[in-house]
Amino acid sequence: MDNLLSIVTFIPAMAALILAVFLRGDDEAANRNAKWLAMAATSMTFLVSLFILAEFDPNDTGFQFVEQAPWLLGLQYKMGVDGISVLFVMLTTFMMPLVIAASWNVETRVKEYMIAFLLLETLMLGVFMALDLVLFYLFFEAGLIPMFLIIGIWGGANRIYASFKFFLYTFLGSVLMLVAMVGMFADAGTTDIEVLLNHQFAFETFSIAGVTIVGGLQTLLFIAFFASFAVKMPMWPVHTWLPDAHVQAPTAGSVVLAAILLKMGGYGFLRFSLPMFPVGSEVMTPLVLWMSAIAIVYTSLVALVQEDMKKLIAYSSVAHMGFVTMGIFAANQQGVDGAIFQMISHGFISGALFLCVGVIYDRMHTRDIDAYGGLVNRMPAYALIFMLFTMANVGLPGTSGFVGEFLTLMAVFQVNTWVAAVATTGVIFSAAYALWLYRRVVMGDLIKESLRSITDMTPRERWIFAPLVVMTLLLGVYPALVLDITGPAVAALVGNYDTALAAAEAASQLASN
Amino acid sequence: MVSADLTLVLPEILLAVYAMVMLLVAVYTSKDGLASTLLWMTAAVMAALGLWIATTGEGSATAFNGMLILDGFSRFAKVTILLSAAAVLIMSEGYMKARDLLRFEYPLLVALSAVGMMVMVSAGDLMALYMGLELQSLALYVVASLRRDSVKSTEAGLKYFVLGALSSGLLLYGASLVYGYAGTTLFSGIIETAQHGEVSLGLLFGLVFLISGMAFKVSAVPFHMWTPDVYEGSPTPVTAFFATAPKVAAMGLFARVLHDAFGNAVSDWSQIVALLSVLSMFLGAVAAIGQSNIKRLMAFSSIAHMGYALMGLAAGTVLGVQAMLIYMAIYVTMNVGTFAFILMMEKDGQPVTDIASLNMYAKREPGKALAMLVLLFSLAGVPPMLGFFGKFYVLRAAYEADLAWLAIAGVIASVIGAYYYLRIVFFMYFGDESQEGLDSGGSTTVLWGFLMASAAIMVLGIVNMFGVESAAAAAAATLVN
Repeated sequence: MDNLLSIVTFIPAMAALILAVFLRGDDEAANRNAKWLAMAATSMTFLVSLFILAEFDPNDTGFQFVEQAPWLLGLQYKMGVDGISVLFVMLTTFMMPLVIAASWNVETRVKEYMIAFLLLETLMLGVFMALDLVLFYLFFEAGLIPMFLIIGIWGGANRIYASFKFFLYTFLGSVLMLVAMVGMFADAGTTDIEVLLNHQFAFETFSIAGVTIVGGLQTLLFIAFFASFAVKMPMWPVHTWLPDAHVQAPTAGSVVLAAILLKMGGYGFLRFSLPMFPVGSEVMTPLVLWMSAIAIVYTSLVALVQEDMKKLIAYSSVAHMGFVTMGIFAANQQGVDGAIFQMISHGFISGALFLCVGVIYDRMHTRDIDAYGGLVNRMPAYALIFMLFTMANVGLPGTSGFVGEFLTLMAVFQVNTWVAAVATTGVIFSAAYALWLYRRVVMGDLIKESLRSITDMTPRERWIFAPLVVMTLLLGVYPALVLDITGPAVAALVGNYDTALAAAEAASQLASN
Repeated sequence: MVSADLTLVLPEILLAVYAMVMLLVAVYTSKDGLASTLLWMTAAVMAALGLWIATTGEGSATAFNGMLILDGFSRFAKVTILLSAAAVLIMSEGYMKARDLLRFEYPLLVALSAVGMMVMVSAGDLMALYMGLELQSLALYVVASLRRDSVKSTEAGLKYFVLGALSSGLLLYGASLVYGYAGTTLFSGIIETAQHGEVSLGLLFGLVFLISGMAFKVSAVPFHMWTPDVYEGSPTPVTAFFATAPKVAAMGLFARVLHDAFGNAVSDWSQIVALLSVLSMFLGAVAAIGQSNIKRLMAFSSIAHMGYALMGLAAGTVLGVQAMLIYMAIYVTMNVGTFAFILMMEKDGQPVTDIASLNMYAKREPGKALAMLVLLFSLAGVPPMLGFFGKFYVLRAAYEADLAWLAIAGVIASVIGAYYYLRIVFFMYFGDESQEGLDSGGSTTVLWGFLMASAAIMVLGIVNMFGVESAAAAAAATLVN
């Protein structure tokens, strides 16, 4: 199994190719075949990816399962995972069969739909495994194409605006990263991430056109990468594409967006920004921490006044991603551990919440909070599951949502008490909007005439939620499942970061003497 | 000596003689009845010559006392020119025949202009440069107005001619200044005179005029004004031809003059080319947004693409020339596919160029729409398509030549440009099903084949670029020293 990572990455793409080439027709049978093939491919990807997890050695902080082959222009095809990326790979392969199952009711252009999602899975997996800058960029950007089509073709009423905004916003963010990558290539002479992690980029302060840049090249590179990852994350104030994209995307699209695509930004910070530009990160840390704190409070308040359920959850995602960036840039063991944990946990919880919206949207074809109320009377099972994930979203101890928020808050408290204090108020707001949403949709008397005949969840829907419920509770009571895997790699990352900063400090003092 | 020279330029001679002989044959026999055969024959001759040049010929040589330079660079450009010209010629048969435009002069004029292009990229002297350029241009002026009964087509030909003559004037004026101050028209002589730091003012003026003339031929801003009108007015196959081979030839000539004649004064022209590049990228990106005619849109798109290719040239390094060559090869391949698609756009048997008519094309023709989708994202430079790698090369070349600002401007322009490519995707995929769209089916296998092949290259090419990378590297190395 030398090519395990490539096999996992390209199974979905192969299935997409088979669908595109061999599946003909537009009838019921063809649609069913497309769904089952997609289901089989994503399930198989998940099963094969379990081998990665089984054979992964958490105590080895280097890259594992590395594959390498030469490519164009001195680039390489290089794949590998370490303690930071392996769980994102698992999250992706775990979520995709659920996403396909949640799309069982799609009726228009089923074949294309499945092809888009299968290709998207390949590209997302590639992002987390790529160990070459340009290969990473390739996967990172190419994911925009299927997502653009998913929003644009199968989306809601205002889907065209949303799909263009999604594409152009994220594209603009990433092209600056491309220039930075070209710069890194020129500086280090290689695009191998493993080598670049040990390459020291210049950090001598210089000035361009009268503007003094503390941290020099590293700060500039950091900013270019930050432009991309902050948009992808998304961080306040460049988060505005997300609510639009979420609202218009079909349910499965929202799930992928919230559960996996948003994690690429956080992963990027951990893979590139912190370890490769430590001085640049240090320079920018206060800004990023405050942006995170603002994001947590501001977007929570915005979420409070939303009329649309999906929009509310989208804003809540931005707030939760605020905890992630806060944890990452606290740059200590708890912070980074907590950030990764929060991302994994948010993958399950936000995915589940969007699925919850999807369940009632499929029945009533509206996402207006006002259109619902008293669902508990007709849908007890739904009410229970929705409650569990609402509580997990709030961060109730015992669910996975708690661990990530607690760790990141604890970490940032050691670095910047004020930021921690502001961010903690966000926890209260998040309880406010989430519980209020739950009360308006589920509790109370069933007075709406249109809801009288609404039915509870079907067995298919229950089965989709089952794995998510298990994971949320399991990680909530036994977080070591994640932390044991990430721990050593994070310790190495943080250790290297501190060493690099100390070395830079010493060098600049030497220079000033 | 002369016979040795003649052997070196045998491909050019063969193609020229072929064109002239066939012209006579056609005139004295069945004239337009022969057109279809001639078209296929010409395409076959050009493709065969292209393959011949690609597989034979090594090292560098000069012919006619340095008038023509035959090196890896000229071979790379010639192969690209001949193959793309042959491809476009084959694509045009169905369209031309259906509209009664298939005259026997058409393929022969294309062949003659190809001869001109081959001379352009081999030119080692200002005279040879001008000869090649005019041979190419005169043939192009005529094919632009091939549809004699159409006002737009004749307008396109006339506009192209008048403005082309103006640019030739600029070029000649520049050439005469260069001759006056350098005392020679040979590039090898000019480069001796034009050492960095001691380029005389007159020589500099000459250089600027030369660049203006060539910028017109590559349709770089601010010498681009003719492009949209000529693209729109010419019959679509002719537009496809304009968008491919002549662009490669003009870009090759550009590189040839800058490096062979002024290679010791890179810093003197680098900023001019960088300015042309940044203006072209932005104008091409912004002006295309408002277009509803796909041919005009492609005109602005090609202006933007020339901006990126010029970015590689502006670097003034081996890597820059290599990046430019790779960019042009990819650009030509994309355009062949895109124009194959445009040629297939018909409604009730009539050609349509309105973008809105693509409404829900994906529903009726999923295969073709998917291929076009791939090409559009490739044109926009979105990975994983090959178009992205073209951009990556020129960005790298620019960055390493300390033109980071140009690279940043380029990527920002590419985001703006992405919008109008997405708009076409929007019509094809997200449109309104109730409206009527284009005819489905009925297109020829030839066009379908070119579209699919071009899309497949855009996807599969990312594995190893079919060896074009090393060929371009070798070609660039012979030009820059």
